[in-house]
Amino acid sequence: MTASNPLFEFTLHMGDNALILGQRVSAWCGHAPILEEDIALANTGLDLIGQTKLWLSYAAEIENKDRDADDLAFRRDGRDFRNCLLVEQPNGDYAQTMMRQFLFDAWHHPMLAALTNSSNKRVAEIAEKSEKEAAYHLERSTDLLIRLGDGSQESHDRMQTALDDLWRFTGELTSAGDVETSLGKENVIPDGSAISDQYASYIQTALREATLTIPEGVGMRQGGKKGIHTEDFGYLLAEMQSLPRAYPDAAW
Amino acid sequence: MSNEWPLWEVFIRGQHGLSHRHVGSLHAPDAEMAINNARDVYTRRNEGVSIWVTKATDITASAPGEKGPLFEPSNSKVYRHPTFFDIPKEVGQM
Repeated sequence: MTASNPLFEFTLHMGDNALILGQRVSAWCGHAPILEEDIALANTGLDLIGQTKLWLSYAAEIENKDRDADDLAFRRDGRDFRNCLLVEQPNGDYAQTMMRQFLFDAWHHPMLAALTNSSNKRVAEIAEKSEKEAAYHLERSTDLLIRLGDGSQESHDRMQTALDDLWRFTGELTSAGDVETSLGKENVIPDGSAISDQYASYIQTALREATLTIPEGVGMRQGGKKGIHTEDFGYLLAEMQSLPRAYPDAAW
Repeated sequence: MSNEWPLWEVFIRGQHGLSHRHVGSLHAPDAEMAINNARDVYTRRNEGVSIWVTKATDITASAPGEKGPLFEPSNSKVYRHPTFFDIPKEVGQM
C-alpha cells in the first residue's frame, strides 16, 4: 500500500484505532470483574466497532478499489494497519485495560470534537456521530481512573504500574507527520498542537486527582501510523481475521 | 459477602411527562457509579430521559403478610373507584 492519499491514511488511522481497541475491549466480555463492568465495557467495544464501520466505509470509498469496510478490517495485513500502538497493547489486568482506555479516550474525544468542524463534510459527519459516545467513554474511564488510582494500595499500585507501562505509547497520538501536516493545511483535521495541549492538560489534571505520577525520561514509541506494530498485534489480527480468512465466502 | 458493592434500585423516566418507573437493580460502590452503570445496563436502547437510583436498603416496603389488612377493605367499597364518570376525550391520558 502506498502512502499516496493523506485522507485515506487518516480515515484508516481513525478507523483502525477504533477497530483494534474495540477488538481488545470486547475480549473482556464475560470476563470482567463484575457484571456491571462487563456490560459497560462491552458497550464501549460495540460503540467503537460502530465507529469503525463509519471510518472504514469512507476509507474504502476514498480508495476506490472495490473493497468495502469488511475487506479493510478482515483482509488487510498487519503492515497496512494505521492504528496507534497504544490501542493494540494487551488487556493485561483491569488496571492496564482501564489505563489504556483513559489514555486513548482523553485524546479521542477532543480529536472528534474538533473534527466536527472539519472542512471535509464526510469527516465532520462521522465525527458528529461518534463524539457523544467518546464523551461518555472519557467520562467513564476518567471516573474509574480516579477511583482506582486513589483507591486501595493495591489498586493504586496496579494503576501506577499500568501508567508506567503505557506512557511510552502516548506520544504517538499527538505526533504529526506528513499526513497530518497536509490535512491540517486544508483544515480537514484540527491544529495538532491544540489537541496536544488539551490532551496533556486533561491527562495531568486527572492523573493528579488519581494520585498517580507520570514517569519521567521515557522515550516515546512510534510506528503504528506507518504500519510498524508491536509484537502482540500479530496475534490480535490472527484471531480477529481467522474466520473470514479461513472461509472467504462466509456471510451473515 | 461483605466486600460486595451495595445494591441500588434503578428508576427510569421513559419520556417527558411520564413518571419514573422501577426497571431493576444493580451493584455499585456509590451513587455516581450507580448512575453510570444504570446508563449502561438499562438505557442502551434509548429507553430514558432521566435516571434515579437509590440504595435498596433505603427503601421501606410494606410487609407482604399485611396485604389483607392493608388492601382488602377497599375491595368492597366500589364508590371509591372513579369508574362512574365518562372522561371527556380532550382530557387525554389520566
